[in-house]
Amino acid sequence: MQRDFHARGQAGMERVVQDGIQRVCTETHNQPPAELARRLEADQMKTIAFPQASLIGDWKSGERIAQNGRGMQWTDAPGTPNGGSCYNCHQLSPKEISYGTIGPSLAGFGAKRGSGPELQRYVYGKIYNAKAYNLCSQMPRLGYSGTLTEQQIKDLVGLLLDPASPVNQ
Amino acid sequence: MNRALARILLSLAFCAPAAAQDVKKEIERYRQMVSEGSPAELFELEGEALWKKPQGPRQASLEKCDLGLGPGVLKGAYAALPRYFKDADRVMDLETRLLHCMTTLQGRSREEATQRVFGNADRPSEMESLSAYVAAQSRGMKMAPGESHPKEKAAYELGRALYFQRAGSWDFACTSCHGEEGKRIRLQELPVLLKPENARSVAASWPAYRISTSGFVTMQWRMNNCYQQMRMPEPAFGSDTTVALIHFITVTGKGETYQGPGNKR
Repeated sequence: MQRDFHARGQAGMERVVQDGIQRVCTETHNQPPAELARRLEADQMKTIAFPQASLIGDWKSGERIAQNGRGMQWTDAPGTPNGGSCYNCHQLSPKEISYGTIGPSLAGFGAKRGSGPELQRYVYGKIYNAKAYNLCSQMPRLGYSGTLTEQQIKDLVGLLLDPASPVNQ
Repeated sequence: MNRALARILLSLAFCAPAAAQDVKKEIERYRQMVSEGSPAELFELEGEALWKKPQGPRQASLEKCDLGLGPGVLKGAYAALPRYFKDADRVMDLETRLLHCMTTLQGRSREEATQRVFGNADRPSEMESLSAYVAAQSRGMKMAPGESHPKEKAAYELGRALYFQRAGSWDFACTSCHGEEGKRIRLQELPVLLKPENARSVAASWPAYRISTSGFVTMQWRMNNCYQQMRMPEPAFGSDTTVALIHFITVTGKGETYQGPGNKR
C-alpha cells in the first residue's frame, strides 16, 4: 500500500497505516474476541474528552452538519468545517427522504429515550469515538479523527435529543 | 433523449417531497430509456477514432495493441480481462493494458499518458473513450477473467484481502459499505461484491455512462472514487491495488454475459 498510494490534498500517507483497532477488526473480519474487544474499547473510552457544561447544542446547526457529507477527502479544502455525513447511513429527521441504512434509524431518538445527562453523555461519546462502545463499529470516530469539533458534536447531540428537533417530531 | 432527461429532472425538482420509492422508479425508467439508445455509444465512436489515431513520439496508433488475444484483436478481449501478461509480468485490467500500449507502442511517457485519466461531462478522457470502444467489442460474450496463472491467483487473493482492509481517517474498508445485503448510502443501493449474484451484474455492465454526471466512468475511476470517499490517500492509476480489486470483483462475477457499456445512476 505504501507503494501504490500517494498523498493528495489533505489525505496524507499516514492514513494507510493501520492503527491497532483497524488491524484487529481487519484480521477478525470485525468479530474480535470478546475479552480483547473489552480491553480495546476501554482504551478508546479514554480518548473521549467530555466537555463540562451541557452537551446539548443547537439542533439547527446539527441538522446542517448531519446533511453535510464533505470533509477529510483529498478533494475537500482543509480549513473549511467538515460535515458528519450522518444522513449517508442513518435516518434522522423524517422530513429527509434521502437517507442511508447502514446504521440504525435514529428517527424519534430523543422522543423515545428522553434527554437526561447520562443519555447526553452516551450520544456525545458515541459520536466522538464509536469504537469505545463497539470496537469494530462501521461508524467513523468523528471526534477522535479530528473530523468534528466539540461544538459540532454538541450540535449533533442537540439534533438527536432536543425535543424541538425535527428528529423528535 | 436530452428532452427525456430534462423532463425527468423537472419532475424530480417540482415534486420535492416525493417518496424515495418514486424517485428510484423514475431513475429506473430513465435508465431503461437510455439503454435503448445509450449515450455510451458516443464514447465508443470517439474511442474508435482514438484507437486508430497515430499518437506519441512514434506516431503509432493502438491498432497493434495486444489486449491478451493477440495484437489488434478486440473481439472478446475485454471479457477475458483482467489477466496475466507475460511481456509485463503482471496482471493487468483493460486500462492498465491500454496504458502499457501507449508507452510501448506509441512511445509516450507514463506521466504524459496518465495526466488526465478521468474526464468530465465537458471533456471525457482518452482512457474513458478507449475503454468504451474496447469493452463494447465483448458484448454478448461471457466474462472469463484469467484465473490459472499464479500471479492471477495472487491478484485475486490480494483483492479479496484489500476488500476487508480497514484504514484511513474513518476506519473504512470496502465492507463498510459493500459488506451487508440490502444497505444504502442515501438512496444508492450497495452491492455486496463478495457474492457472485451481486458481482455478476457489475462485471457485465462496467465501464458505463453515468447519468448523474453525464460522463463515462471506468473501473479504475470507481476504485479511485471509493478510496477518496473512504478518506484514504489516492491509489495510483493501474496500481497492483486497484488491479487486484478489479480482478477480485470480476472473478467473483465471472460467467455473466457482457452487456455493457451500461448506464449507472
